[in-house]
Amino acid sequence: MRAALASRDGRLWLGVGAFCLLCFLLAPRVVWIGEYPDALVIPFASWITTGMSAFVDSFRWLFRALAALVDVPLVGVRTALQATPWLVVMVLACALAWRARGPGLALLTACALGYMVVTGYWVQSMNTLALVVVSVPLSVAVGFGMGVAAAYSERVNRIVQPTLDFMQTIPAFAYLIPILFLFGFGPAVGLIASAIYAAPPMVRNTILGLRSVPAGVRESGVMSGCTPRQGFWQVEVPTALPQIMVGVNQTTMAALSMVIIAAIIGGFDDIGWEVLSTMRKAQFGQSLLAGLVIALLAIVLDRISFGLARNRFAGETPDERAARRQRTWATAVALALGALLLAMLFPVFDDYPRDLRVYPAGQLNEAVNWFLRHYSGAMDALKNTVLFFGMLPFRIGLNQAVSPFTWGFALEPWMTAAYGVAAAALFLWLLWRGRAGGALAVALVAVLLWWGTTGLPWPVVIAAATALGFQTGGLRTAGFVAASLIFVLVNGLWEPLMLSVYLCGIAVAISFAIGGALGVWAAHNDGVSAFLRPINDTLQTMPQFVLLIPALMLFKVGEFTALLAIISYAIVPPVRYVEHALRNLPQGTVEAARQMGCTPWQILTQVKLPLALPGIMLGLNQTIMYALSMLVIAALVGTQGLGQQVYLALSQADMGMGVVTGLSMALLAMTADRILQAASRRHQEKLAVGTAAPA
Amino acid sequence: MPERETPPAKLSCRHLWKVFGGLPTGFRAEADAREMAEAMRAEGRIPAVVDANFDVGAGEIFVIMGLSGSGKSTLVRCLSRLIEADAGEVLLDGQDILKKSSRELVEIRRHKMGMVFQDFGLLPHLSVLENVAFPLKVQGMAEEARRKRAQEMIELVGLEGRESAYPRQLSGGQQQRVGIARSLAVEPDLWFLDEPFSALDPLIRRQMQDEFLRLQRMLNKTIVFITHDFMEALKLADRIAIMKDGEIVQIAPPAEIVLRPADAYVAEFASEAPLSRLLTARDVMTPGAAAAGDLPKVPAGMTLDDVTAEFLRSGAERLAVMDAERGCVGTVASEEVARAVARRDADRESA
Repeated sequence: MRAALASRDGRLWLGVGAFCLLCFLLAPRVVWIGEYPDALVIPFASWITTGMSAFVDSFRWLFRALAALVDVPLVGVRTALQATPWLVVMVLACALAWRARGPGLALLTACALGYMVVTGYWVQSMNTLALVVVSVPLSVAVGFGMGVAAAYSERVNRIVQPTLDFMQTIPAFAYLIPILFLFGFGPAVGLIASAIYAAPPMVRNTILGLRSVPAGVRESGVMSGCTPRQGFWQVEVPTALPQIMVGVNQTTMAALSMVIIAAIIGGFDDIGWEVLSTMRKAQFGQSLLAGLVIALLAIVLDRISFGLARNRFAGETPDERAARRQRTWATAVALALGALLLAMLFPVFDDYPRDLRVYPAGQLNEAVNWFLRHYSGAMDALKNTVLFFGMLPFRIGLNQAVSPFTWGFALEPWMTAAYGVAAAALFLWLLWRGRAGGALAVALVAVLLWWGTTGLPWPVVIAAATALGFQTGGLRTAGFVAASLIFVLVNGLWEPLMLSVYLCGIAVAISFAIGGALGVWAAHNDGVSAFLRPINDTLQTMPQFVLLIPALMLFKVGEFTALLAIISYAIVPPVRYVEHALRNLPQGTVEAARQMGCTPWQILTQVKLPLALPGIMLGLNQTIMYALSMLVIAALVGTQGLGQQVYLALSQADMGMGVVTGLSMALLAMTADRILQAASRRHQEKLAVGTAAPA
Repeated sequence: MPERETPPAKLSCRHLWKVFGGLPTGFRAEADAREMAEAMRAEGRIPAVVDANFDVGAGEIFVIMGLSGSGKSTLVRCLSRLIEADAGEVLLDGQDILKKSSRELVEIRRHKMGMVFQDFGLLPHLSVLENVAFPLKVQGMAEEARRKRAQEMIELVGLEGRESAYPRQLSGGQQQRVGIARSLAVEPDLWFLDEPFSALDPLIRRQMQDEFLRLQRMLNKTIVFITHDFMEALKLADRIAIMKDGEIVQIAPPAEIVLRPADAYVAEFASEAPLSRLLTARDVMTPGAAAAGDLPKVPAGMTLDDVTAEFLRSGAERLAVMDAERGCVGTVASEEVARAVARRDADRESA
């Protein structure tokens, strides 16, 4: 125990503890410790607004011209998709699906498009598809170019990598604000936003693909007498192509996600707008039906682009390839012509008549209402239990949350004393057992639970987070953590930040607990693994927007709904990473443990989990990233915090506010990321094992 | 050691240096190489090739042998200019290829050089035929002609029937046959092989070595062959260069390396060599036909294993050593054979 306290980390935390104690003692007397004074807020936001306005005023013509330019292909594709009879579009899409994966996917595609026709969402679906079809080639071209530049030039790479990290931590909404400013209101905004938003995966996969071309392949190209140009196009790009195609797949999904989100700045009769506007009118049946269109669109686009990336015909000979191509084209053209003929003969195949639509929104609403009427007691009980006993203490602390109204009794002084004594006893016991890390965790959680995220004085939070950064990643990480938090503080966003930390923290804790348990189960049971995989795939491909709808239907607007939506998205990484980490342990170690006579439980807790810890930590990291990105989307269903601030900035077209808040969220994400990455790295070095992300 | 006629040099390497971290200022080619390399290491530079000098004759198999990190792969990459040497000359047919522009270099590679890689370096998206035809395609040969030529090469390495397979569908040995066929497609004079058989299983490796010798008897290329396997070097080489820490410590024919290692490092390798299978009657005979008389005859190239068998079979004390062209060139006594094979053990005891 004495050794633990005398170590470097021990002295650090003793200092932090003393500092925090001082803050708590002074907080009631010194106002600025409890609450950062408004007078000290630095108005970065309004400076940015002023600066950007000046910039936009002088360059408006340029950006408007660009917007007009990208509008041309968009209008073209949209008109073409609208004018073509739906049967022809469907037949061509099915042909593409067949080529990509086979008859199964063709059938799925037919069903998905059939649903859009029958529910009457055809026009909106095609408008959304047009946006994706135009934005993906833009992203792919830009991403490929940047990827190539970064793959061959270390100097470019040093700029590109942090830019990508940054772009991928900035919330999706935040992209819209500057683009809205520069390009004005119109469909081009969604298009450009999604082209930018969707580029990073393309850049990353291009770099990865080109850099992992084996040296032998590259050199054999040179020794075959390739000029540099031949070497690039005929040796390196084809060798890297499978990886690059993974980028195309991811880019397509990101583009769809952003196209849907872009509806928030005003729709253009697209499916995202359909969901959003019905959601705002509390027409949940309608938004569910429209949301299903997005889900189907996502699944079909993902499977087709993934199938094309995998290229199931890779094994055929050149002659077979030529013959198959001819056959495919002939079939597709013949089918399309047949469909066209049908559409000309029977108008129902061209323009699906309104009175044949199946649109059970009313029935859906009634069913949900019936369910809520009959089970409202149970639902409310669930909601209130989580709210009062889980969320509230974490937000405002036990010292405020415990009241006759919530917990059924008032907080007596002896309870406070008991809490303090119990926490202190546990802390000392762990320290005495030599488990300094556990003791530290107990201390942090006890303090957090008592005062809540919003009740903690800001110097306490900054000091503890910085110390954590220092312990895991050294001086640089500590500096980054402190600078990030101070940036948020001086921008006057401390309270929203803490509200975000609170909601995100709970979502992460629940997601990680449930997801981690599922991951452990899946690692030991192939059936469970096979069952979870498609569910995870679907949750991950879904544009985040869609996940709000079911939660919203059952629990209406509120933080609990937001929590459920965040969990449904953030639960995927822990399942994946934990399973992956547990399944990829050094076999020899596990076998040795079994041979020594460990029970399965002992093997899990004493061998597998400690060894898998670095990989599990990366899973936790991803959980946090997912939760933060969903937090912003969840602001639509009523949360407080940074997400809501971004959303407000967007609706008020407040450029400076949007940028500063978006930046704050990115910094929050990066802070968590740095600390966890550093911790994972430390463990990895200690264990001398490798980790890899699950494929 | 009998005289060997030296063939005209096809490839010459003169004072070649490659230093990772760059040559230090004040580098002088004429200074003592070993001292200079030491000074560079002290400064944190990595001298991977230290003052390499050798000639490779036309039609010769020149093997560069060294352990990993000895600089042998770097050396062959400097010869083919896959990486740029820092100092020295590499003369191909008397012309310094280090001075060629990148355009000229592409032309040289398209017509004069072929290279085989340890990890095969096949293009995963091309079939066997397309891989072999690739060097011809990039130089703009017409489709029909290059198919025909590639087909010949595929037959040469015994892969007919697998033309439309893709690399991932082939075994390691088959993949390397594709690599060999591809490197020979342009009919190069100069053939580089960078540890071509190291990634293969021992049994396949032996087959490929025999295959390689068969090809060389047909094609008579000028070969620079890199390996870390001393036995492979002994089996294949006309001459072996042994590298250590970037330096070539000895260049000699296999038997000489084994009999007269230049230093303790080479001797360590040589001690592994099965002398009775490596040395021939010529290596241990007493020259001079005078004493031959009507002794039983053995060819000069017969290994000592076989010579021993001949002693046992004939019961003679002495055998006449016969050269195919010059007739009897010497005699060998059973005691001389025994001493040559046992020499190493004696050395070890005295050491």
